Amino acid sequence: MVMGSLRQETQVAVIGSGPGGYVAALRLADLGKEVVLVEERDRHGGTCLLEGCIPSKTLIHAVEVKEAALAAVSFGLGCTGTSIDLDRLRTHTDEVVQGLSQGVAGLLKRRGVTTVRGRARFSSNHSLEIESGEISGVDFEHCIIATGSSLNRLPPGITNKVWSSADALTLPRVPSTLLVVGGGYIGLELGLVYQGLGSHVSVVEFSPHLLPGADHDLVEVMVKSVSRRLDEVLLESKVVAISEEAAGGFKVRIAHDLEESERTFDMVLVAIGRRPNTENLGLEHTGIEVGVRGTIRTNQECRTTEPNIFAIGDVADGPMLAHKASREAKIAAEVICGQPGAFDNRAIPAVVYTDPEIAWTGLTEREAAAAGTEIRVGRFPLAALGRARTLDRTDGLVKIICDPATGLILGVGIVGPHASELIAEGTLAIEMGATLEDLIATIHPHPTLSEAVLEAAEAALGSAIHIHPPRRP
Amino acid sequence: MFEFNLPDLGEGIAEGEILRWHVAVGQTIAEDAPLVDVETDKAAVTIPSPRGGKVTALSGKVGDVVSVGALVAVIDDGAAVAPATPRPRGAARPPAGVAAPAATAPAAAASSPAAAAPGGGRRPVPATPATRRLARGLGVDIDAVPPSGPAGRVLPEDVRRFAAGPSAEVARPARAGAAGAAPTPPAPAEPHIPAKAVRDDQAFAEFAAHASATIPFLELEPMPDFAADGPVVSEPLRSIRRKVARKMVTSMALVPHVAHMDDADVTALEKFRRAQKAARSDDPGIGKLTLMSFVIKAVTAGLRAAPAFNASLDPFKEEIIYKKYYNIGFATDTGRGLVVPVIKNTDRKSIREISAEIADKAALAREGKLPAEDMRAGTFTITNVGPLGGTALLATINYPEVAILGMGKVQEKPVVRDGQIVIRQILPLTLAFDHRIADGADAARFVAELIRQLSDPNLLLLET
Repeated sequence: MVMGSLRQETQVAVIGSGPGGYVAALRLADLGKEVVLVEERDRHGGTCLLEGCIPSKTLIHAVEVKEAALAAVSFGLGCTGTSIDLDRLRTHTDEVVQGLSQGVAGLLKRRGVTTVRGRARFSSNHSLEIESGEISGVDFEHCIIATGSSLNRLPPGITNKVWSSADALTLPRVPSTLLVVGGGYIGLELGLVYQGLGSHVSVVEFSPHLLPGADHDLVEVMVKSVSRRLDEVLLESKVVAISEEAAGGFKVRIAHDLEESERTFDMVLVAIGRRPNTENLGLEHTGIEVGVRGTIRTNQECRTTEPNIFAIGDVADGPMLAHKASREAKIAAEVICGQPGAFDNRAIPAVVYTDPEIAWTGLTEREAAAAGTEIRVGRFPLAALGRARTLDRTDGLVKIICDPATGLILGVGIVGPHASELIAEGTLAIEMGATLEDLIATIHPHPTLSEAVLEAAEAALGSAIHIHPPRRP
Repeated sequence: MFEFNLPDLGEGIAEGEILRWHVAVGQTIAEDAPLVDVETDKAAVTIPSPRGGKVTALSGKVGDVVSVGALVAVIDDGAAVAPATPRPRGAARPPAGVAAPAATAPAAAASSPAAAAPGGGRRPVPATPATRRLARGLGVDIDAVPPSGPAGRVLPEDVRRFAAGPSAEVARPARAGAAGAAPTPPAPAEPHIPAKAVRDDQAFAEFAAHASATIPFLELEPMPDFAADGPVVSEPLRSIRRKVARKMVTSMALVPHVAHMDDADVTALEKFRRAQKAARSDDPGIGKLTLMSFVIKAVTAGLRAAPAFNASLDPFKEEIIYKKYYNIGFATDTGRGLVVPVIKNTDRKSIREISAEIADKAALAREGKLPAEDMRAGTFTITNVGPLGGTALLATINYPEVAILGMGKVQEKPVVRDGQIVIRQILPLTLAFDHRIADGADAARFVAELIRQLSDPNLLLLET
């Protein structure tokens, strides 16, 4: 320790306490490592917990309850209307977030992880400088970078008074009209939240489809259900200008097919993706390389090009998803402790909390078509399922994508209520190398939505009966 | 960029341990300049750089074990496109007992998570996450493992069997094609865990159960915690030491050893040897003339008369193979462990030639530079601890050879000759032999012939 500069020595330093960083710190501590966790914010949990998954899903649940109550009229439940107390809903969301964040802090403390508040920058491949922290630096043997990602914003000069998704999650007010820029999952989820709270919502998406990346058959079912709740969905359209109106609201110029139109909205929500947080990290003082997409280059062990430094979650390559970060966190921790960890997962599930929900895992039909992979698909509509009928929710389907020769399950896609929960079985099946037979021979409880997974597997196998098998020599 | 993978280091060599890097990342290396020293089961070799340029990555650190075909170094030779390189069979893995994992070359070996997801290109082999982890722990490329599960699924037994080695692999049926009628796989063999994979209580229990099911009365227990009783230092079992361990256990387990002991009177021979050595000290052969050279020659003559001691028994084919060539190995203490250089075709070499070759090969072995070729194809081994002492020694046969001759210390001893006590130079000899192939009488005759040859240098002349 040097006079005037308080430095800490540790076996492992972790930067960021999101679902990547805090999980890594806990696993390292469990494996007997001395860990210092550096977090810039005043609370633990990162984007997911503080301004992402957790607050958004709390709000989505509130709106779903309201929508379900209104829909109950169709089976004779008199629901004359619902009222929304915005302040109470905001407080409730804060309580959920606060409770979970404190839970993380408690876990870290119990495991003996040293937490340091401040912003970390590398000064070498074995040291961090901490800005605005209680200590000035950390010297480490190994380091895990889990700095996450930041929201993409509109080009400068447009206006900074519009909402980001983080702004919208704080429920500042319910605008009378809301334009959502970006038809990805964040835009759609938040658009539906505000529609549920009372806004008239329009969506602008640059590509020809909502949720680019998901299979169209799943998206179509969802669009059919939500289109009645949205004023307008503008595809292949682009916002070219936003200006603030003197009387309040925003004038938005939207380009579509060489034509431009101007509309006025009370508020604009910009949800156009995220970028990895690699700036001002001092990476230039290390041998860490950043790839073309701005993410830190890592190998299957989550190791960067600096062998004692690892990168996980949004700042590394791959989809920006909390559960992917947590998996990588455990791999990096185990590799640091000499265990044979590697990110060799076959499937990373994706979930969209629209109503109905969409979830998929493993291979999609789009990817199979693009790669020229031969597949067989079995589909099962929820309309044919007892449990869906009892819920009065038949807007959905389950499909199973398999290898036509062996029945090996390659992908699962689901649209419908609780798709987010049902997808876990599909992911397990893919990771275990399960076949259609394995799913079919597994007893699924009745009556549940999970039976649709079994039925879809049978549909995939059943279709074989009507196809002549190839002649055997 | 040029990605350099560990080249083939000789027959039967699958991996090597990194002894020393001659360059560091960032340094420039000339073509054919020394890149890395690697020690295999058989020898240490210096591998030259196949290209000139700047070293941008080195795979593994000193002490790591690198598989043949795995990435060793990345050299920026100015070429824009990396040439197609064979897929690494395995990355560097840390030696047992070292907690911190070695630095693999992340940039070059980088495989992004997105690429691991199915969709494009080659599909990953189906296997459960636990099976994949098992494979990584055993240093096995799971894609190379023949599957026995449905839909080409690799099972934990498949991985263990593969890790156990190619001999276990021979018994496996061919990989079942997806389209054709898959043959019914045979009942899986008893799960087999290599000892080095025993990392926890459960794995130990499984290993011990398997071992004791094979050998009656065998009772394996975990190693006691030696550190609890006093200070200890641990070091990983590596390279030559590990190879010796394997050889000795295999030999002792498979071969019923019998030892036959006798004394040779080498008074005349020693007198002759010393005189020649002193007279021609500048000759590369005679100048370093050792007793070993004469013993090799005498043994060669003995083997011609008793072919059983120059044979091997194939327990799988149940046949005895008599070798019509005479390649005599001599055990050499290298400071890093036991190495057995082999002198080939000793029946066609003079004692002088043999003597020169012993000096050369022993020196190379001590430097760790003896080529693998000079350590194989032996038919009989001699070990001489005499210079260090020892009235007799019982050596372990260098399997799959049939016999090994141990030489004790040459000493002046009182012996009875023609009713008189005289002082003679006596060399104690012990022949350890495989009783499956030879019997005690054969050994007695063989050793008696050796003693006769060694008793008179003139007799050796007749055999040249």
